Amino acid sequence: MLENIKMVVSNYSSLFGQGILYTLLLAVIAVTCGTIFGTFVALMKMSKNKVLSTIATAYIELFRNTPLLLQLYIFYFIFPEFGINLSPFAAVSVGLVMNTTAYISEIIRSGIQSVDKGQTEAARSLGLNQAQALMKVVLPQAMKNILPALANEFVTDIKETSLASTFFVGDLMTTYRTINGATYLSLEPLFVVGVIYFALSFTLSKLVAVLERRMGKE
Amino acid sequence: MIRFEHISKNFGHLEVLKDITQHVNENEIVSLIGPSGSGKSTLLRCMNLLEVPTSGHIYLNGEDITAKGVNINLHRQKMGMVFQHFNVFPNMSVEENITMAPILLNKMGKEEAHIKAMNLLDRVGLRDKADVKPTKLSGGQKQRLAIVRALAMEPEVMLFDEPTSALDPEMVGEVLSVIRGLAKTGMTMMIVTHEMGFAREISDRVFFMNDGIIAEEGTPDKIFEAPENARLKDFLGKVL
Repeated sequence: MLENIKMVVSNYSSLFGQGILYTLLLAVIAVTCGTIFGTFVALMKMSKNKVLSTIATAYIELFRNTPLLLQLYIFYFIFPEFGINLSPFAAVSVGLVMNTTAYISEIIRSGIQSVDKGQTEAARSLGLNQAQALMKVVLPQAMKNILPALANEFVTDIKETSLASTFFVGDLMTTYRTINGATYLSLEPLFVVGVIYFALSFTLSKLVAVLERRMGKE
Repeated sequence: MIRFEHISKNFGHLEVLKDITQHVNENEIVSLIGPSGSGKSTLLRCMNLLEVPTSGHIYLNGEDITAKGVNINLHRQKMGMVFQHFNVFPNMSVEENITMAPILLNKMGKEEAHIKAMNLLDRVGLRDKADVKPTKLSGGQKQRLAIVRALAMEPEVMLFDEPTSALDPEMVGEVLSVIRGLAKTGMTMMIVTHEMGFAREISDRVFFMNDGIIAEEGTPDKIFEAPENARLKDFLGKVL
């Protein structure tokens, strides 16, 4: 077994490297785009406009209460239906972004709502409009809660992207499937992939913890 | 300067303000006193529409700020507000707390805002704190900062919502003396307060609020020496 692990690592090291790259890339895409769209969804949900807030709530609930794998399948199959040709990687990325957006919008919303209402009132009493109060006063304070949670979401996404391997998009689990197909070995490549996932997640979570402590001190 | 007519405010089924009509003249200092839950703070917060009245009109210099299509942000620039819990901005330095709004709202340039901020900080004895974060300030210092933050917008009216209620007793004096100094400049003010001695000393007129109405109003001498309303007599008996 140990022999086989050594063999897998030395013969397929570039494939593992590629897997790490794709896994990180998917997580970066999901969290970056998810943060941008999630901000809009959060603002929609908090809006006084009933239509906007209902749409946002429906979106969030839909994506949080169905399995990610099912969502990925749907995004994989839905584009060809409309004659749109997307690579599996692109289709899966869209699915991940849509899913992450739902989770991140809730992170941003609770971050904003954690800031005392008096801060908004003070800003508005000086003559700032809603958007100015949000940008200058509320969001900078909300960041303290939002940033660590976003970083945690990134760590979660690194693990969740393993589902993307269902569509052979080059992530770490895809690496396992490729090696498994070529060598008929199961456990050995799985162990290697597992160690890599653990190293990525564990290191990043520790970094998040440090970040959190730093921000708490300020 | 401020006139409010037939102001009512409901929170759900609760009638907090009941058809209140009154006015505040230019350079006048009006204190709002009364038991908790009588609607003092709500009435004050209606003046700059932090609380939107359920019905009624508010006129600032003759202009109806409750009318549809009015840009309330412009009117709020003319009405400074000081809150019970200070609400200073912890993400900015003391100086930035003061300069942020005037610069952002194009009231003055950066240099002018800086000079203005320093003068204001001087006035309240906080000049040496300009660069620190307000989290490092005591309650009394925070409230003094909150007052000059509002003054930086050069308001025509100042609204004080229980400015000393959240302070330790030994810090009440420093805040009151800043408000006293402001009174000498002729600033028009509305002050919700539980400090009866202060209300009596500083006010031109006192509104006694009870159960959502102004039950009695008059000069401090009249309110404190010759109260007519039974609830006011009862209230003064308990607090004096």
